[in-house]
Amino acid sequence: MSLFDWFADRRKGQFVGKVAQENEESDGLWVKCPECGQVVYRKDLIANANVCKNCGHHNRIYSEERIALIADQGSFQTIDQELSPTDPLGFKDRRTYADRLRESQANTGLKDGVVTGICTVEKIPMALAVMDFRFMGGSMGSVVGEKITRLIEQATSRSLPILIVCASGGARMQEGMLSLMQMAKISGALQRHREVGLLYMPLLTHPTTGGVTASFAMLGDLILAEPKALIGFAGRRVIEQTLREKLPENFQTAEYLQEHGFVDTIVPRTQLRKTLEKLLRLHGNEPKGATKK
Amino acid sequence: MARRYLLDFEKPLVELEKQIEQIRELARDSEVDVSQQLLQLETLATRRREEIFRALTPAQKIQVARHPHRPSTLDFIQMFCEDWIELHGDRRGSDDQALIGGVGRIGQRAVMLIGHQKGRDTKENVARNFGMATPGGYRKALRFMEHADRFNLPIITFVDTPGAYAGLLAEEQGQGEAIAVNLREMFRLRVPVIATVIGEGGSGGALGIGVADRLLMFEHSVYTVASPEACASILWRDAGKAPEAAAALKITGQDLLSLGVVDEVLPEPAGGNNWAPLQAGEVLQEAIERNLDDLSSLSFDRLREARYKKFRAMGRVLESNTSDRGLTA
Repeated sequence: MSLFDWFADRRKGQFVGKVAQENEESDGLWVKCPECGQVVYRKDLIANANVCKNCGHHNRIYSEERIALIADQGSFQTIDQELSPTDPLGFKDRRTYADRLRESQANTGLKDGVVTGICTVEKIPMALAVMDFRFMGGSMGSVVGEKITRLIEQATSRSLPILIVCASGGARMQEGMLSLMQMAKISGALQRHREVGLLYMPLLTHPTTGGVTASFAMLGDLILAEPKALIGFAGRRVIEQTLREKLPENFQTAEYLQEHGFVDTIVPRTQLRKTLEKLLRLHGNEPKGATKK
Repeated sequence: MARRYLLDFEKPLVELEKQIEQIRELARDSEVDVSQQLLQLETLATRRREEIFRALTPAQKIQVARHPHRPSTLDFIQMFCEDWIELHGDRRGSDDQALIGGVGRIGQRAVMLIGHQKGRDTKENVARNFGMATPGGYRKALRFMEHADRFNLPIITFVDTPGAYAGLLAEEQGQGEAIAVNLREMFRLRVPVIATVIGEGGSGGALGIGVADRLLMFEHSVYTVASPEACASILWRDAGKAPEAAAALKITGQDLLSLGVVDEVLPEPAGGNNWAPLQAGEVLQEAIERNLDDLSSLSFDRLREARYKKFRAMGRVLESNTSDRGLTA
């Protein structure tokens, strides 16, 4: 009898009332893994960084949770939190851009799709940007570009290493060419960071595509990725249309990119902090307050 | 009259041209003096052409920008470049025909010229992959740019691509990485870079050779973050809405000038560059030489600093809840 059967049985019995009530709210006590179907206790899943203990599936997580997983507790200091988007083109498709922005802001409590700040990891100071896929698919518009650029500039002037957690569908079409130009702007800032010999690592999470892939996601001194994350430049459907043939099973996964030489190391989320600490220290970044001899 | 490839909105002109032709033939066979009528009709035709091209919608501009007879990178190079020698290869196993380059002379200056190259006909388009470059193409372009940097040759690029090639091999060879590295390394260059959108500027594939000190754009060229067709099918869920998307995306030279993306819009003859390619060549040569004159007075460091500042200022953000700050000057 699998855990799920057990769970189904229990639902018929004495816990019916309680479980049903819990399920009515979006946060149930139990969660079914979308990959292996295993039903697990939500608290256990969260305690394991939202990674399924049975099959290793990495559930999508968002900026607050990601920051909590990476930064030493209470160390993360946000910058440019108030920077918010405008509607430079007066863009309207089936809905207005202004409307979509308001909705995303209301749903996420964020002004736009990236959170930036300075933190420590095992007491090692580091600049950290985390893209949030909930906000219009993590798309990159002026605010995302500006916040990341400011973070890189601050890291350059304070001699800090940078980690950018990527999760993006690409450029934000609603800001037109201004979005495309953010790719160049960020790359320029990274060039200056690189020139003074500082370490930059992107962490590619599910999904990292389009304009983000064609700029800072691929510019790391070291490129990290989460297991099975979708990473690519062009969309799968576009490629299938041009090729008219089946694509490989693992096409555009982190593993596929590593096979082809574009990812240095695939890091399970549960080992992220430890791996970061090692890499930071191996590249000369020491804990704050460590005695210099 | 030579057969022309006509765009749908040019059809009203065809009638006028036919009439002119008929009157000419008539005059040949008779004693009637038709010079007055001819002059009238020709003036009218010119005026109509000017009117049509002055009022082109963004979707129509895309058609002009994609016109098969619009002068291409190699056309422009032949028009105003002396001592041209095409160079080949990315030194990693490929020589992309969709992104070409070489050395030559414009006026008195030795320069490096790099550009996307579309084909004139189906056969050539297959060889040149419709101007959609592979990762190898972008790496070849970077090799040329680094060469130019070492030998102090200003870099002139010509942007004319529907976008970077999207295919299995392109993904395996790292299309994203190839473009990304170009973006970063172009900020490091110590020589002036002038880019001109001569036809279509398709997204990242255009930007991959487009990080420039001066970005010029022909009047009927377009530069897009995503193709209007793709944008329409994603945002409108209907590829048929491409004309609406083309208008909403702000892709014309005038729009991009006001957004601070483009530095200068180059005028085209009525009828577009394909109507009078030599005139287009003169316009572009003058603009390139003038901008090179401007830029060559700057030291290496000031040039790089100015390039950084130029891109640094792009974007529009709201600094707090009260003040709207355009990053663009």
